[in-house]
Amino acid sequence: MSISGTTTRRPSQLFRNLNAKIASLPMILTALVVFLGGTAWTIVYSFTNSKLLPRLKFVGLDQYERLWSQSRWFTSIENLLVYGVLSLIFSLVIGFILAALLDQKIRFESVFRTIFLYPFALSFVVTGLTWQWILNPDFGVQHIVRSLGWESFNFNPLYDQQIVIYGILIAGLWQGTGLIMCLMLAGLRGIDEDIWKAARVDGIPTWKTYLFIVIPMMRPVFITTLVIIASGIVRLYDLVVAQTSGGPGGASEVPAKYVYDYMFLAQNLGQGFAASTMMLLSVAIIVVPWAYLEFGGKKRG
Amino acid sequence: MADVQTLNTVAVGIDPAAGQLSGPRGAKPRRVLSRRNIFLYGTLIVVAVYYLIPLYVMIVTSLKGMPEIRLGNIFSPPVEITFEPWVKAWATACTGLNCDGLSRGFWNSVQITVPSVIFSIAVASVNGYALANWRFKGADTFFTILIVGAFIPYQVMIYPIVILLREMGLYGTLWGLVIVHSIFGMPILTLLFRNYFSSVPEELFKAARVDGAGFWRIYFVIMLPMALPIFVVAIILQITGIWNDFLFGVIYTKPDTYPMTVQLNNIVNSVQGVKEYNVNMAATILTGLVPLIVYFVSGKLFVRGIAAGAVKG
Repeated sequence: MSISGTTTRRPSQLFRNLNAKIASLPMILTALVVFLGGTAWTIVYSFTNSKLLPRLKFVGLDQYERLWSQSRWFTSIENLLVYGVLSLIFSLVIGFILAALLDQKIRFESVFRTIFLYPFALSFVVTGLTWQWILNPDFGVQHIVRSLGWESFNFNPLYDQQIVIYGILIAGLWQGTGLIMCLMLAGLRGIDEDIWKAARVDGIPTWKTYLFIVIPMMRPVFITTLVIIASGIVRLYDLVVAQTSGGPGGASEVPAKYVYDYMFLAQNLGQGFAASTMMLLSVAIIVVPWAYLEFGGKKRG
Repeated sequence: MADVQTLNTVAVGIDPAAGQLSGPRGAKPRRVLSRRNIFLYGTLIVVAVYYLIPLYVMIVTSLKGMPEIRLGNIFSPPVEITFEPWVKAWATACTGLNCDGLSRGFWNSVQITVPSVIFSIAVASVNGYALANWRFKGADTFFTILIVGAFIPYQVMIYPIVILLREMGLYGTLWGLVIVHSIFGMPILTLLFRNYFSSVPEELFKAARVDGAGFWRIYFVIMLPMALPIFVVAIILQITGIWNDFLFGVIYTKPDTYPMTVQLNNIVNSVQGVKEYNVNMAATILTGLVPLIVYFVSGKLFVRGIAAGAVKG
């Protein structure tokens, strides 16, 4: 009765599905106010000279000029690039190899998978502090190799400005490759068994099958994984804070830390906004083409 | 017959490690100690050991006394097991002026995680349900913004949120942080629930509509009971995510209400006093314990959760 009543009368558009709209208010507010509004707000204020409090006194590109003249910002960018490129390569390669090994119909697969993935359950803070201890020059790896007789062994990444970012990379890879392995494994499992049979019948060696048949077939998985890794890399923050606090001598600074420090410690909001806008820009360069390929095509097709 | 043979080979086990782990599965038996298997299991075991070493080192260090740590080697097992570092980490370790240990951070984290998990999942599941079954005009636009927003670096949005929370009088409070976690958990959770509810047969929903059930009634009576598995996945995802959060904790809470991760970092990286590595490691394990337990208990569901969240996100 009531249903037919509402459908014939068709009240104002606004009140159709009213409950659904009310229930979606948190989503609408988050999307419009926080994600769109917040981002726009930060971009606008990155052109002002806000210090302790945000204020609308526009100074053009001053903040950006100052940002790009800071050696600390350059170090941050450089670190992020090194960390990003290497962690991208290593986590893809290691993750894929581990997944391929686990995909050989082995015994105790779930045990191995559990072991490879458990670091991912740990926070970056825990990861960073653990590796800070393992890489501790006086007690950790360096000390042990030296006490085994190799006196000149030098591996002290956390106190060496040149290689500190690699120390962080080791910890980051330990924490994150399990996830990549899981994604890759899911991708490998999605490949038709018949492909393997056909390759075997044709006498193609296993490594060739992987390289020329399976990996090209897993392209969507690789692209998605790439985007996940990339958007995670830009957020690199907790790990650095826990493991090195940006040291030694600022050698392991990263952009996210730059933003936090300028916004909440140095009380130079404008710099923080400019730096975070640069972060947004770099993510956009990666994500927009991907989203276009992934979703733009689908809608039209 | 062939199976018995394999079993025998395994039992005899020339190389105990490889013998124990290798062996064919299914109908077609292969040689147990083939070169392929040695390589395969050898590699996997080496990598597994590498992944386990940090956990081992943490545990071992936390059970040693400081004199033993200064003399020895981080990999050697403790000569004299002591639980004192654990007690100290939990009850008396200092951050700044507070000397009541990590227990404070633990309870703060519990107080933050529980309402955040409930609130964020409640909101996102209703969102997902509305998106899947009650498509209204513009819904897809909001959803697209939400998903794209998941890729925006948090740093771009943290300050506007500070202002919003301050305007609402929630900045620095527990509920402020709950809202922040709900906001940033929303993209992935909404996606998770939307996809799940979309897979529910449309007829079920229509039948309920014909019977006169409304938005909330269909949600609570039909959808909610059916979606229990996905709720479990969401809960796992959120507990680990929120417990492990550091950035939001440091920004949106005050020292008294710092979550465990922030307090842990302050304890370990404090520059004052003598470094007590055993206490630090005990504190680190304590902080990692909750997500680890969730991980080991939930097993496959955890994997499904991150796969669902990651592959589609």
